[in-house]
Amino acid sequence: MDAFSANSIIVAEDVSITYDGRIAVSNVNLSVDAGDYLCIIGENGSGKSTLMKGLLGIVNLADGCVRLTCLQRSQIGYLPQRTPAQRDFPASVFEIVLSGRLNRQGVLSFYTDEDRAQVRENLAYLQVDELADEPYRNLSGGQKQRVLLARALCASERVLMLDEPVAGLDPIMTGELQMLLDKLNKERKLTIVMISHDVVSAVRCANKILHMHKSPLFFGKTADYVETDIYKKLVACIHV
Amino acid sequence: MYNIVELFQYSFVVRALLVGTLMSICAALLGVSLVLKRYSMIGDGLSHVGFGALAVAMALNLVPLYVAIPLTLLAAYVLLKLGECGRLKGDAAIAILSSSALAIGIIVVSCTQGFNADVGGYLFGSILAVSKSDVYLGVGIALLVLVLYVVFYNKIFAITFDESFARAIGVNTDRYRTLLAALTALVVVVGMRIMGAMLMSSLLVFPAITAMRIFSTFRCTIICAATVSVVCLLAGLLGSLLFSIPTGASIVMANLIAYALARVVGR
Repeated sequence: MDAFSANSIIVAEDVSITYDGRIAVSNVNLSVDAGDYLCIIGENGSGKSTLMKGLLGIVNLADGCVRLTCLQRSQIGYLPQRTPAQRDFPASVFEIVLSGRLNRQGVLSFYTDEDRAQVRENLAYLQVDELADEPYRNLSGGQKQRVLLARALCASERVLMLDEPVAGLDPIMTGELQMLLDKLNKERKLTIVMISHDVVSAVRCANKILHMHKSPLFFGKTADYVETDIYKKLVACIHV
Repeated sequence: MYNIVELFQYSFVVRALLVGTLMSICAALLGVSLVLKRYSMIGDGLSHVGFGALAVAMALNLVPLYVAIPLTLLAAYVLLKLGECGRLKGDAAIAILSSSALAIGIIVVSCTQGFNADVGGYLFGSILAVSKSDVYLGVGIALLVLVLYVVFYNKIFAITFDESFARAIGVNTDRYRTLLAALTALVVVVGMRIMGAMLMSSLLVFPAITAMRIFSTFRCTIICAATVSVVCLLAGLLGSLLFSIPTGASIVMANLIAYALARVVGR
């Protein structure tokens, strides 16, 4: 398949992952090139989040391997699903975004002025610089996601992995966030791997699609995906 | 006023003040992370295990802390692992472990010496209970906690806020979680001399939730929690001496008042 190429930066080979004793992901093969925009779609419980955690090394693989080329695992910016504990967490936006620079620290981790400057730059790029001193818990859902995106950008200038970043956002905020990601992909040449529920916008933004159902139903270029029966059925369901 | 100055002439008061202040600072620092990570009840579980261990040590004529420290550390590790593997829910695991340890302690106590003043002190705290060796241990543990907290502050923040993200960018979260549990166990064992096994967890939880009411940055919350913790401890110790009430209960009341005030002035 031409979705696999020689200059891939992330390659998964026959990856299987068990979760709570059950197989959550089986036999996934995929490759991500520098500059790719890969959307992972699929139903709830189809193993999308678990696969992403496997790629990041947060969960152990039961089988197979993930190979990174010219890229270290800690150099991937991750935007996880939000946890309930974060709702009333006492932290300023600046403190949270600064924690993205932790992967540049050794055992003794103290931030430098350069780290702080980088935080301000990323906040400005995402148009939330005026929120720097605001308490995180007072922000709206869309603002929170931009802040977490800024943290992910502080962790990596090359690859972002996003786990349903638009979940729970209203349509306007969803559109804005998607435009931002598009801009990051095109302007900053950031490689993006994103889990999404929204097939229509996934097909519009991404150049590659992985359709998961524990194992991949489809992996390849978006142009090929829209010709498949899986996609046509899915779209037919949406438009009924 | 004269009475208060006179109190400091008693060495047991000075010892209780010193160890109490240090432990309340440590408990407040660790408590913020425990509360935010929804591990609030871990202090309760650990202090009950500590009581069981003390009871067994007394019955066997061993030095209490030599038995209590390793057993409580072990309990901290077991609690973390039980919470992780998901077969037994974390809070249920703590409830089972803490009530079992308390039951063992009560059985051992009633079979050997019966309920005397010493046992009362272990359960509800006593200002008389802090010995010279407790002071050395308390100072050592406080130094350890404070140094590690400052050195790993940024990592502790990242893990407390978002463990998945911290792991993704290469922080060994298991190591820091184990460290947090181990330090909590040490603080609980020493702190429960003053607070008592039944009330020790309040020293971890109260200052944190009081501070979270008032401040909304992590750094300010931590500094405020430590300050509130020390002020309440001093007020509680004073109340305990002036009104002859058990120390632990008196300190909890001071914390309750502080929390009520924070609710009024906070957000």
